[in-house]
Amino acid sequence: MKQTIDNKQKYTGAEIFVKCLEAEGIDLVFGYPGGAVLHIYDELHKQNDVSHILVRHEQGAVHAAEGYAKSSDKPGVVLVTSGPGATNAITGIADAYMDSVPIVVFTGQVRTALIGNDAFQEVDTVGITRPCVKHNFMITDVSKMAETIKKAFYVATTGRPGPVVVDIPKDITEDKYEFNYPSKVSMRSYNPYTDISDESLELAAKNILSCKKPVIYAGGGVINSNASKELTEFAKYLNFPVTNTLMGLGCFPGNDPQFIQMLGMHGSYEANMAMHDCDLLIAVGARFDDRITGRLDKFSPDAKIIHIDVDPSSISKNIKAHIPIIGDVKAAINGLTKKIVEKKLKPNNIDEWWNNINEWRKKDSFRYKQGSEIIKPQYVIDRLYEITKGDAFITSDVGQHQMWAAQLYKFKKPKRWINSGGLGTMGFGLPSAMGTQFANPNSLVCCVTGEASIQMCIQELSTCLQYGLPIKIINLNNRYMGMVRQWQEFFYEKRYAMSYMDALPNFVKLAESFGHIGYKVEKPSDVDAAILEAIKQKDRLVFIDFITDQEENVFPMIATGAAHNKMILS
Amino acid sequence: MRHIISVLLENESGALSRVAGLFSARSFNIESLSVAPSEDESASRMTIVTSGNDDVIEQIVKQLDKLVDVIEVSEITSDEHIEREIAFVKIKDKSISKEMMDKFSKNEFLKIHTTNSDEIIIECVDSPEKINNFLDSVKKIAVKIVRSGSVGINSN
Ligand SMILES: Cc1ncc(C[n+]2csc(CCOP(=O)(O)OP(=O)(O)O)c2C)c(N)n1
Repeated sequence: MKQTIDNKQKYTGAEIFVKCLEAEGIDLVFGYPGGAVLHIYDELHKQNDVSHILVRHEQGAVHAAEGYAKSSDKPGVVLVTSGPGATNAITGIADAYMDSVPIVVFTGQVRTALIGNDAFQEVDTVGITRPCVKHNFMITDVSKMAETIKKAFYVATTGRPGPVVVDIPKDITEDKYEFNYPSKVSMRSYNPYTDISDESLELAAKNILSCKKPVIYAGGGVINSNASKELTEFAKYLNFPVTNTLMGLGCFPGNDPQFIQMLGMHGSYEANMAMHDCDLLIAVGARFDDRITGRLDKFSPDAKIIHIDVDPSSISKNIKAHIPIIGDVKAAINGLTKKIVEKKLKPNNIDEWWNNINEWRKKDSFRYKQGSEIIKPQYVIDRLYEITKGDAFITSDVGQHQMWAAQLYKFKKPKRWINSGGLGTMGFGLPSAMGTQFANPNSLVCCVTGEASIQMCIQELSTCLQYGLPIKIINLNNRYMGMVRQWQEFFYEKRYAMSYMDALPNFVKLAESFGHIGYKVEKPSDVDAAILEAIKQKDRLVFIDFITDQEENVFPMIATGAAHNKMILS
Repeated sequence: MRHIISVLLENESGALSRVAGLFSARSFNIESLSVAPSEDESASRMTIVTSGNDDVIEQIVKQLDKLVDVIEVSEITSDEHIEREIAFVKIKDKSISKEMMDKFSKNEFLKIHTTNSDEIIIECVDSPEKINNFLDSVKKIAVKIVRSGSVGINSN
């Protein structure tokens, strides 16, 4: 029940905290209690506007918040205690930083009088998190609580999004002050959006209209800026080929004929060849990360590069941009649309370029052969795609299974592919699926994982039971840390040091002991039935343990430091 | 190439470590760094002397600008500017010749402080280049050298 708020009335910091979340429109917090945050938990307990989801490990809380944020239009919120609560959250915070995910993490802290005294459960949270947050704050006065929380959400969600940590000493949650949540904040030192220079748009438009071999290289920034529709329309108008980064999948329909698949280390032959041979590279909300560029001096050697990004520091960091366009991706595409589409200007005929691309496509570089005996991991993803009509939310862990999911599940919509790209965090898949399911309660959420990754946050199966989350876990069980084994096969003469997953649990029984359903699938002919049966279990979590080909490799592959036209094909 | 970067940043606790942390995390060079209050009570000005090619300097400026506590960043070496540093040199009385002492006392950029021990302190305010020259000349007899690092300001 909403109370009317008397501006003069005094509230404790803990009360103010909860009121701030409510005023910010936050209805879900992922967290784990402890001494430093007990006042806050007591206040959360007394009200019904903000629900709290109890995870089983703080890392899970942060990944859940990331999944929530990535699959919706809202920031994720986390609440943990001081000391170990905060340190357990670090992996998730670093993950959100690398993938620009808008989350706000509230950490308890020891009383202000104890700070610096090596008090029980004290760590310098602001210090430890500094290199992996967009920004962090410590609230040292209850009168600053509301304003700081407002700033935290503002910074996390604007510009290039990212995690913000707010450290709250326990005594601040006892101290009293009036409640006044600012409706707006501005910070003179933080101006997230730059006005887009008309000159650079003009120059970009000119190059777009005169090029002969263009590629649009679109990344997660398109999704963050909600610009998928604009990008798609723009690309369709131009008839330019589009490739996506791992983070950008879904920002352009994966089943569109103009889509030339993902690029980079495990990208398609056609995408990487097109990147290498193009004369105009239009980078949109992407950051030329080393898994994309490979060898820098051999990267798109003949291309003019247009780079659109909201973060100026992403531009010309790894690859020099000839035409930088700094600003919100959506605004930039709208600007280009005005200069080209609305004026009905037509680019060159690029049929010849498409002929090249179609030749490359014939290599069918993601192909595999499914026999009748052993399940190929790719086959499971293919079937999952067909059965779910490419419409499910797919979260993933890290390894070969992640690459196969990225290659073969043709995402048609943005915010459906939830994975850990920048940090590559094993353990991300299950908790991020929880957050995704909370944000999309009526949708099908599948977690594609491997038998090694899933064990890193397996405790969250308990959270899934408590909240009735009907996630479908697609475990591609190759009894190896497959991605590690693949590198060892290629680069260490098959010395499989520590990559064999010995002593695996019985995943079916494990799922059952957590109160869920488990299936084990060993034959290709049983794959469809298992997926269909799992989907039928509308309100139950189903763990499907697919026993897959042990030594399957992810192809194509560009070895670290090689050029794009030097791909290893299967 | 050597560059001076002037940064105006909010007087928030931790702002200094954000800047210092950025330099170490991204392995940018710091030759010297100085921080002090500015014309604005709620902000400090930091002068960082660094080196790198143009691409590196461009990244340094952009990364600094991206820090939420940073209000303004300018690279001042690319334009007309004044740069000064202060240095103190402690020298044993007995190691200074009469001629040297005369030369020091005639130099308008030097100031000589006596102490209540058998040492003197020479204070020098000048451009880092001149300071380097001066320090070279006293290197053999100096007991201790204390330098402030540069501060700079645009002069056009
Ligand atoms: C937390 C963490 N530790 C280590 C790694 C290094 N790593 C990358 S992939 C991988 C193996 C993953 O194995 P599995 O989950 O079984 O997936 P597969 O590659 O077999 O599909 C490892 C150990 C990592 N990415 N994250």
